[in-house]
Amino acid sequence: MTDQSKEILLDVRNLRKYFPIQKGFLRRVVGHVRAVDDVTLYVRRGETLSLVGESGCGKTTTARCIVRALKPTSGQILLRGPDGVVDLAPLPKRQLRPWRRHMQMIFQDPYSSLNPRMTLFDIVSEPMLVNGIKDRQTRMDRVAELLQLVGLRPEYMRRFPHAFSGGERQRIGIARALALNPSLVIADEPVSALDVSVQAQILNLLLDLQAQLGLTLLFVAHDLSVVKHISERVAVMYVGRIVETAPTPTLFAAPKHPYTEALLAAVPKPDPDLKGQRMLLEGEVADPANPPSGCYFHPRCRYALDLCRTVTPQQEEVAADHFVSCHRARELTLRGVKRT
Amino acid sequence: MAIQTQQPDAEERISLATQWQLIWWRFRKHTLAQIGAVIVILFYLVALLADFLAYSDPTYVEAQRSLLPPHGIQWFDDGKFAPFVYGLKGTRDPVTFKRVYVTDTSQKYPLRFFGKGFEWKFLGFKFDRHLLAVEGAPAEEVLFLLGTDSLGRDLWSRLMYATRTSLTIGLLGVTLSLFLGILLGGISGYYGGPLDTFIQRVIEVIRSIPTIPLWMGLGAALPREWSVTQVYFAITVILSLIGWTELARVVRGRFLSLREEDYITAAELAGCSQLRIIFRHMVPSFLSHIIAATTLAIPAMIISETALSFLGLGLRPPAVSWGVLLQDAQNVQSLAISPWLVIPTIPVIVVILSLNFLGDGLRDAADPYG
Ligand SMILES: Nc1ncnc2c1ncn2[C@@H]1O[C@H](COP(=O)(O)OP(=O)(O)O)[C@@H](O)[C@H]1O
Ligand SMILES: [Mg+2]
Repeated sequence: MTDQSKEILLDVRNLRKYFPIQKGFLRRVVGHVRAVDDVTLYVRRGETLSLVGESGCGKTTTARCIVRALKPTSGQILLRGPDGVVDLAPLPKRQLRPWRRHMQMIFQDPYSSLNPRMTLFDIVSEPMLVNGIKDRQTRMDRVAELLQLVGLRPEYMRRFPHAFSGGERQRIGIARALALNPSLVIADEPVSALDVSVQAQILNLLLDLQAQLGLTLLFVAHDLSVVKHISERVAVMYVGRIVETAPTPTLFAAPKHPYTEALLAAVPKPDPDLKGQRMLLEGEVADPANPPSGCYFHPRCRYALDLCRTVTPQQEEVAADHFVSCHRARELTLRGVKRT
Repeated sequence: MAIQTQQPDAEERISLATQWQLIWWRFRKHTLAQIGAVIVILFYLVALLADFLAYSDPTYVEAQRSLLPPHGIQWFDDGKFAPFVYGLKGTRDPVTFKRVYVTDTSQKYPLRFFGKGFEWKFLGFKFDRHLLAVEGAPAEEVLFLLGTDSLGRDLWSRLMYATRTSLTIGLLGVTLSLFLGILLGGISGYYGGPLDTFIQRVIEVIRSIPTIPLWMGLGAALPREWSVTQVYFAITVILSLIGWTELARVVRGRFLSLREEDYITAAELAGCSQLRIIFRHMVPSFLSHIIAATTLAIPAMIISETALSFLGLGLRPPAVSWGVLLQDAQNVQSLAISPWLVIPTIPVIVVILSLNFLGDGLRDAADPYG
């Protein structure tokens, strides 16, 4: 499924984002929340990479750093633009503006992502307006086209967001994200706030749009069940770190990281006989403000050795496009899911 | 989709409604707030038209006619509608030797609407028309709707001017607080960090000072020789010195919560400038909150001014404000002999209540999406 010949559009290296914890009258910094703690991943042009991890593991923070809504503490965010590759991480806000149009984001909460005081036309056309398309008629035509593209009627242009349901709002958010023809779209759990009945519609819409427009997608999700059918590759995240990245079939069939194995076991299975196999994660998710030593996963890991408690594993490539951060990656045989 | 129910028109109307329409529809459900709004508007009309509604010169002193009780209007003469007032005859009480006035029914002075009275200026033009005027004698000598004060000045006319002073001082004080509050609250909320910490600490310190002693101190520090206007502005400044803190908190709070909204991030990602984000996305969504907070801040200002002036530390005669008028009603004796001097408390209470109801209604309606 993955095509290694395609060029890499986004290359994130050793991304870190620490939030200071402040206390007391003078707001002294007493520590840091390591929301993103060494994330390395890349996305090829035209593919979908899913970023999966439990709530609070830093997926949103990673996404916001990549689109530079947040300033990363360190690391590189290399984006290939029309005239070469640029590292977005160190750029100040002012210098980011010409790059913004290449990367857009779809938000998790469809109620917070649309300004309730603006009409659909104003919302969807704002990216064009601030990027130099002043002519109203041009923008109207484009908004009508975009609304149709995401499955809404162009006549809705004059309405305000409060007239729409969650799923429809998410469509509006998608239309806005597409307004400037971005090469990369980051979707941060775009369906997890929606009714189950609507989720599939929005996922299908994203797939259709990707095929139609040749989009590159970084798709964030909190469990593996959603991502199976939509992504070429999956990156699994645990407490601010990527623990395993692999092509989707490989990851599901033969995971190499114990955490991936545990996540796969948690995926609901159609076959009720397999229920007994739910060996699950014990213990609490590590606190990103006070992570464990060595491998962050070792307190919950069934295969942990003494080495895991002291030494942080490095990411290594165990097969083509298959990266794992685990000391025992090469010796363990872990259970995946066969078919679904 | 969103439409196609039994009442497509109503749905259509709602889906096309702007923020202000939604706020208005919600406000319309608050009966008390609407009554409050009407009363507040009426009061501010009085403030605007004080000269016209007064019929006597508020500074016209006549010690002979001090502490006259209210002296009513007779509406019918011989069964016909022809309002007039009876004359007043001064006699000396044979026991106390005090001068008392008795109604002299032999003298009738007809009243005219929009008739001529003392001269007043507005925007540089001179006028002499009043809502009520007396024919045959100066109004100052015969018409006393609410009685007179200890210097023989007509209470009704003075009340009109007092309303103007007290209501505008509230408005001016709030404007000044609003300016400081939006500026400092905005900086605090938008930039955050050490500046925010500093401003928040300053606000806490200011708010922890008991207000009455602070005002008394500041009020007492105003030089005695200052003119009425100077004192007026000084008092506004003193009042807003504390008033801004509350508004700054509201503004800061809105900024902080707005910064978390995804649509602000979306605007930034779209490439909007800082200014556009602030004025296109942030200000419209807290404007309604500011209006509500402002409405609730005005009564506090009015009460403060009234209290200060009542204590003799705010506006001083010859300025006329509700507090100044109430100074006359300070001792029990004067209350027992001339209870009409307490009448100025009525507008104070009515206005404060109305503004509070109005502010409450506005606050509830301010966020129609919540
Ligand atoms: N602005 C912030 N300030 C402090 N801590 C934050 C902030 N944003 C996120 N965090 C913390 O960072 C961690 C990761 O959060 P997030 O990226 O939202 O996770 P996810 O999207 O995977 O659920 C959480 O522990 C969260 O509390
Ligand atoms: Mg998230």
